[in-house]
Amino acid sequence: MQSVMRSDPFGQHSTFIWFANFTALFKDPLYLKSIATTVFFSVCVAASSISIGLFIATMANRALKAKAVVRTALIWPYAVAPAISGILWLFLLHPSYGIVALGIKRWFGVDWNPVLRGSDAMVMIIMASAWKEISYNFVFFIAGLQAIPKSLIEAAAIDGASPFRRFWTITVPLLSPTLFFVTVMNIIYAFFDTFGVVHVMTQGGPGGATNTLVYKVYQDGFIGLNMGGSAAQSVVLMTLIIVITVVQFKYVEQKVQYTG
Amino acid sequence: MVEKTPILDTLTYVFLIAGIIIVGFPIIYAVIAATLPIEDVSRVPMPLIPGDQFWVNIREAWVRGDLGNHLLNSFIMASGITLGKIVVSLLGAFSIVYFDYRFRTVVFVSVFCTLMLPVEVRILPTYEMAANLLGPLQELWRFLHLDGIVSWIAGHEIELTLEWSILDSYTGLIMPLIASATCTFLFRQFFLTIPEELCEAAKMDGASAMTFFRKILIPLSKTNIAALVVIEFVYGWNQYLWPLLITTKPQMMTAVIGLQHLIPAADDLPYWNVALAGSLLVMLPPVLVVLFMQRWFVKGLVEREK
Repeated sequence: MQSVMRSDPFGQHSTFIWFANFTALFKDPLYLKSIATTVFFSVCVAASSISIGLFIATMANRALKAKAVVRTALIWPYAVAPAISGILWLFLLHPSYGIVALGIKRWFGVDWNPVLRGSDAMVMIIMASAWKEISYNFVFFIAGLQAIPKSLIEAAAIDGASPFRRFWTITVPLLSPTLFFVTVMNIIYAFFDTFGVVHVMTQGGPGGATNTLVYKVYQDGFIGLNMGGSAAQSVVLMTLIIVITVVQFKYVEQKVQYTG
Repeated sequence: MVEKTPILDTLTYVFLIAGIIIVGFPIIYAVIAATLPIEDVSRVPMPLIPGDQFWVNIREAWVRGDLGNHLLNSFIMASGITLGKIVVSLLGAFSIVYFDYRFRTVVFVSVFCTLMLPVEVRILPTYEMAANLLGPLQELWRFLHLDGIVSWIAGHEIELTLEWSILDSYTGLIMPLIASATCTFLFRQFFLTIPEELCEAAKMDGASAMTFFRKILIPLSKTNIAALVVIEFVYGWNQYLWPLLITTKPQMMTAVIGLQHLIPAADDLPYWNVALAGSLLVMLPPVLVVLFMQRWFVKGLVEREK
């Protein structure tokens, strides 16, 4: 059962070339560029979706009425496939028909063209990926916020702390475990689950500007048929995710000990 | 709240509504676009009043994208993944928690390390496996030089090729996605909270291990199962990379992949209304599942954190 999942990435290859694939990989300027692209992309996606999610969740937690309605209205984008989110935003940001693209052109005076300009294409996939992730973050933040004891906030209010100050000195520190978890999950999402977005919207272009690591594995392996290089990239990604997992578990374990 | 802050309260609601609109806008816009005839969609800016072409566009998308077939494929795949994942991880967690065998921790850790890897990371090896399930056996065969031995015995050259491909089949779509560390881990955590006495009592009453599993553990974990059903169904439905690789025949494609053919290319007529109508149709099932099972879903999602 599990052994099906484990197989040699170099299987079926006739020559054994030690680490040549890896050294070639890290000398390849395209691969290094792809790393930079992915990191930039993930940081942007995580930062924007976390801040918007946290903001909306704080507001929803403050609201006295209609909490259930608000939650329902915000939760469903989670169920939208990344690829479909890509299609929706592709239309919204279409250089000739999209309404958001029109707004960008008119208000910011930018000549918006994601088909030709790399930075625009990057903004496009960031928007499409972050949008979908807002609802996921929202669910966690609202759960985290509700777990904060009311008495603490009341005590601070009696001491004369303003709502903003209460947010920064009480809510944020108490929310930090959730924040950490959500950040990790968002980065994993941005690294691995956004293949659909990239594939639908830009196909890694223009000029490799949106070629994320996972997309590159696909492109090199299944389109470029460079199996060895692609497998080496897979191994790099595996190492990365194992590191992330280990860090996360260490942290979780610490948290358990801390709360007793 | 704690004190009366009328201005802040109003602002709260204003921001909330703004947030909901921002989050919902792409969908609202897509719904409007899906109701318009093509002349209106390609006008700049598009009118924001819904037209009356909704059913026409839906039918068009249905026919052109062969959505009936694709939706069925998606449904089979998503349910297969959900069912498989839950059965496998229930049994896995059961084995890890309740059976005391040697190397148990080793098993646990190795299950974990192998399964934490998302499909996106292991596409190449998994693809090779799927293309030929018996590939490793053949490698072993070659490695042991059995070829030579057999031909020596038989007296003439025998080339052994084992091949069993699951590309372009439901098995191929479902199998590689079934193994799941998160579900196994969740069930493990849950089983650990079940008091030892229950197990002992069951043993006293003469229940075998599987009876205990069926009669006690499964009923107890019903809520966890419900939560995971929602999450895994959505996960299965929205898979992109794996179905893209493994399906080559159009009749085996899943709905999310099939949609791609509806997006107008640069030189086509801009049939965005049809593309968006199709997208709405495809995203409807998981959205409905999430909305109707919201309570389980939130519970399951938040519980993953622990």
